[in-house]
Amino acid sequence: MKIVIINYGAGNIQSIKFAIQRLGHTAVLSDDPEEINSADRVIFPGVGEASSAMKMLNSSGLQALIPELKQPVLGICLGMQLMCNKSEEGNTSGLGIFDVDVIRFSKNVKVPQIGWNQITSLKSGLFDKVNDKEHIYLVHSFYAPLCDETIATSEYDVAYSAALKKDNFYGVQFHPEKSSEVGEQILKNFLGIKSN
Amino acid sequence: MLAKRIIPCLDIKDGRTVKGVNFVDLRDAGDPVELAEIYSKEGADELVFLDISATEQKRKTLADLVYRVAEKINIPFTVGGGISSVEDVDVLLQNGADKVSINSSAVKNPQLINDLVAKFGSQCIVVAIDAKQIEGEWIVHLVGGKVPTERKLFEWAKEVEERGAGEILFTSMDHDGTKDGFANEALAKLSQELNIPIIASGGAGKVVHFTDTFKEGKADAALAASVFHFKEIGIGDLKKELKEEGIPVRM
Repeated sequence: MKIVIINYGAGNIQSIKFAIQRLGHTAVLSDDPEEINSADRVIFPGVGEASSAMKMLNSSGLQALIPELKQPVLGICLGMQLMCNKSEEGNTSGLGIFDVDVIRFSKNVKVPQIGWNQITSLKSGLFDKVNDKEHIYLVHSFYAPLCDETIATSEYDVAYSAALKKDNFYGVQFHPEKSSEVGEQILKNFLGIKSN
Repeated sequence: MLAKRIIPCLDIKDGRTVKGVNFVDLRDAGDPVELAEIYSKEGADELVFLDISATEQKRKTLADLVYRVAEKINIPFTVGGGISSVEDVDVLLQNGADKVSINSSAVKNPQLINDLVAKFGSQCIVVAIDAKQIEGEWIVHLVGGKVPTERKLFEWAKEVEERGAGEILFTSMDHDGTKDGFANEALAKLSQELNIPIIASGGAGKVVHFTDTFKEGKADAALAASVFHFKEIGIGDLKKELKEEGIPVRM
């Protein structure tokens, strides 16, 4: 199986590579459209700030490529947020894959949310063999509210989208590569999803 | 619900784990990668590696260690100790660290916090603050608590937050090594005055100390070293008791 991690200069990519490696696969890092197009699975990582990440995507032309991908794509953390319509962070336009706007947590809670929170209302094959209320690891200040594309819910300040899905596109706000056995199962499920 | 985190801290010297009592008299407690794996399996929520070596190869040794840990461990970890530049942080994050913690370098050059946050984001920048009370006032200290500064704890913590740090790791030098409980009053005040997560450090000796620091100290996470390294407290047992006390934990 060919797994490509989109390389656009953002994020802790090493941890994702290692997590895939622990599942017995190899992930390659690439910003080459041909290589990304030919992959069986595409992972879209992201840690950092939305507007500068989006600038990097725009300057490499990847912003046009990603929404056209046909194989299963997994956006992680900021990757998921960039797949939404727009983000309040740096007033950034996103890729518009998920029909929801990313907003900031209110001052009622400590921001960023750092740590292990629970996921509930699990809706997709991405969560096969994952129990309701399992803990996953998150670090974020912005979130996607609940919407039609929500496939997992978490609660901090408000109930929000811990994961989104539209067609072949999956997005998780949490870090499966850092979420212990639960995260491993979710990554395994992603690799096992039947391609169209 | 967001769980309270339990964080074993591994002090590293020349690639090996050590832990001092009041930061003096180091004792060897094993291989960091092996220990990290054990803690991860026991249910630790996160790990902190604090490099206290001062050799010229320090940077490379630490980057190698980070790489080896990231290869094996599926929970987040923070690396600290002698980090003083954007380049230092870049290397550690690229090798697989999730967060870095800075301490003395932030006190000496507060702008470093802004620079790191601008480049890497708040979420991976932890500022560690060591403080002790002098005539009733919490004063920030450097060099493992040996050198007092002009800075007062609460003012410095507020500045750290304003400069964009994602988290504060507060160690009370008055409590560190005493095994007599965390500095809950100061911790609660930090949580009240700031809006970023606070990690409590210094003073863990018994299970009840963890309960107290979450309930009274309002801490978001608790860090300890020797009680875990010398198996005085098992992480699984600790979490079971915290859960019984009504504190949200990841089991």
